[in-house]
Amino acid sequence: MGAALPVVRALREFLPARAVLHQEEDTRPYECDGLTAYRQLPMVVALPETEEQVQRVLKTCSSMKIPVVPRGAGTGLSGGALPPGDGVLLSMAKFMRVLRIDPLARVAVVQPGVRNAVVSELAAPFGLYYAPDPSSQIACTIGGNVAENSGGVHCLKYGLTLHNVLGLRGFTIDGEPIELGGAAPDAPGYDLLALAVGSEGMLVVVTEVTLKLLPKPQSARVIMASFDDVERAGAAVADVIAAGIVPAGLEMMDRPATRAVEQFVAAGYDLEAAAILLCESDGTPEEVEDEIARMKAVLERAGATRMTVSHDEAERLRFWSGRKAAFPAVGRISPDYYCMDGTIPRKRLGEVLAFIAAMEQKYRLRCPNVFHAGDGNLHPLILFDANDPEELHRTELFAAEVLEKCVEVGGTITGEHGVGVEKINQMCVQFRPAELELFHAVKRAFDPRGLLNPGKAVPTLARCAEYGRMRVHGGKLPHPDLPRF
Amino acid sequence: MIEIFQERIRQAAARRAALRLRGGGTKDFYGNAPRGEILDTRAYAGIVAYEPTELVVTARCGTPLAQLEKILEEHHQCLPFEPPHFGAAATVGGCVAAGLSGPRRASAGALRDFVLGLKLLDGRGEALGFGGQVMKNVAGYDVSRLVAGALGTLGVIAEVSLKLAPQPQSEGTLRLEMPQARALEAMNRWAGQPLPISATAWHDGELTLRLSGSAAGVRAAAAKIGGAAIDAAFWTGMREQSDAFFSGSEPLWRLALPSTAPPLNLPGRELVEWGGALRWLKSSADAGAIRDAARRLKGHATLFRAADKSAGCFAPLEPVLARVHRELKSAFDPAGIFNPGRLYPEL
Repeated sequence: MGAALPVVRALREFLPARAVLHQEEDTRPYECDGLTAYRQLPMVVALPETEEQVQRVLKTCSSMKIPVVPRGAGTGLSGGALPPGDGVLLSMAKFMRVLRIDPLARVAVVQPGVRNAVVSELAAPFGLYYAPDPSSQIACTIGGNVAENSGGVHCLKYGLTLHNVLGLRGFTIDGEPIELGGAAPDAPGYDLLALAVGSEGMLVVVTEVTLKLLPKPQSARVIMASFDDVERAGAAVADVIAAGIVPAGLEMMDRPATRAVEQFVAAGYDLEAAAILLCESDGTPEEVEDEIARMKAVLERAGATRMTVSHDEAERLRFWSGRKAAFPAVGRISPDYYCMDGTIPRKRLGEVLAFIAAMEQKYRLRCPNVFHAGDGNLHPLILFDANDPEELHRTELFAAEVLEKCVEVGGTITGEHGVGVEKINQMCVQFRPAELELFHAVKRAFDPRGLLNPGKAVPTLARCAEYGRMRVHGGKLPHPDLPRF
Repeated sequence: MIEIFQERIRQAAARRAALRLRGGGTKDFYGNAPRGEILDTRAYAGIVAYEPTELVVTARCGTPLAQLEKILEEHHQCLPFEPPHFGAAATVGGCVAAGLSGPRRASAGALRDFVLGLKLLDGRGEALGFGGQVMKNVAGYDVSRLVAGALGTLGVIAEVSLKLAPQPQSEGTLRLEMPQARALEAMNRWAGQPLPISATAWHDGELTLRLSGSAAGVRAAAAKIGGAAIDAAFWTGMREQSDAFFSGSEPLWRLALPSTAPPLNLPGRELVEWGGALRWLKSSADAGAIRDAARRLKGHATLFRAADKSAGCFAPLEPVLARVHRELKSAFDPAGIFNPGRLYPEL
């Protein structure tokens, strides 16, 4: 029956049959991204290979008023690539070419389906690398990184995707070619490049990305510091910054997280510590030696109970391996886990961790914490069993309360994973109706009919009103045990 | 004070009367001719929050830029993008609205890279908040960075939160004799090496470099690069355009190019900054010829200072971008009252 769909016929006029999927067995792998709790079978999956084909897919869909959802590797954690049941999932997986690396200009021009880690691998012979390194970097694509403004463990010093993308090329939903930024700085007019990065695939479809490459630091070493109190570890982070040091990486894990990780990768973490910090310095050997000494002195004064400095690259990578494997490690100790992504001002860390501990009691669920401490980005991981609907429901309420706490202390509901479908209700808490209205107007400036990744990232005011009726004062639901959706 | 601004905006919107948003007026020269009744932002001044350990400051629009920088200096911190003041009266709001970065741009990033959030008064007089005080925040579109550099055409920046950096422990300035083509090659090559170069400028056969970082790192880099040490005051002359190069009555053009673009060979005097990505040109050559040359090199040219701006200050936009600009303008400022024409005639 699928072949009879008019959109399938229209797409097959310029795409080969293998690039237009509509049978359930072919479309099933696209039903979700990294947020597997939300699933939807797409009506059609299109897999174009050229810019011209992308343009024609968009022109076809917009003329037929069919929604389009772009997708990279599908590693996103907020459901940003959740397919449209009544539309076309536009997979950019075939855009896998690195078009150009210019070592003198320190620029890489890549297609959006190129994996993040590949860029640094190809730049390495020139002594260069691409700085943003999300934990999923071996799988996630540059296009997805652009859509989500992905971070990583080195953003305090080297910035987010936004700070490392120089230009984008792509199409509007109507198939008009559009170029934002470029190798020359400060493009004239409004900074549409900044607007497009992190726009969750709702403003433009990207077909080419110009990335900034940086000289690879000659050396890097990391300190693993133990603390017997989580709040003291948080205070130590502030002390490092106050000392005028910007570490290349500054991460924190609490004991439940280090214990989960250690079983999985044997990173050599101190399992008796209430929390550990990983504090990295990079630069020339002289700079690193100097900075490591300064950081050690600060951490010592801040009450570190034990410190180990990596002696060689293998040991440094081993210390980081535990942090980078934190999510899959937690996946092994629980049937399912739910990863949150709030950011808070660092000084409120103690308060927020105490709040999370109280929520563990309230909802009777465990929650290990990993934390990009340098930039205030928390990733509490709620452990639950998705086969138990009541437990899933408690998990969602737990997560909502934590995210709303992040807003209350002056932070945000998402630091780097995006809003997608997952945190759309919490957008109503972080933003007022006039602000949400402006977001909708920004979208209309690019996509007047709302066909590109519709329904994501920005809630309608009607939805917020409904959510507001459900919440009562203080974020507590009137009947917390009743299922809601 | 905010309520007074909001009331003025509502009245102006009702009458469709232009408002000229203005702080200290130090950047009146920049962009197309300002018009409208002045809304002086200096009445809303002061630091709202400054937490050195969070590396973030939040300031009201009318706060003098010099005052903000002085407070940061007391805590050994700074605005990493090294903004030009162009006069003692410069304000934080004007700095963000103009979106201009100084000598450290190529190594540290642009002004917009350090904007974390802002409070904006839109064309309906609504006070809206975007972004925040935290470094990582992807909730909602990045309106804060859209507003930075929009020359006040999207609204009144009432408050802004900026990311800070610690001041470098040590700095040094070096000068080497070098023709332009070789200097362009050297700046790009060095930028690809782990050297703590924080600013570059080439003019008239002389390449000047600034090194910033740990004392050991600066010493090692200076030994590697060579050249003669000169006074760091040179960079103030670059940033504030008080250097002799910027004097004279010819128009001053600002060409933003890929850093490896060859020398321009246009009539006039040339000064290179930002590792080759910024070329200042003092020239009376035809505006069309200068814009074409910039476009051929995959860049763009801004008429930065000139008595006659009839050629338009900013490079024209492609039709699809121009349409998106108009749509955004009408979303933020439906009555078209904020700094009309300052950026482009139709905005």
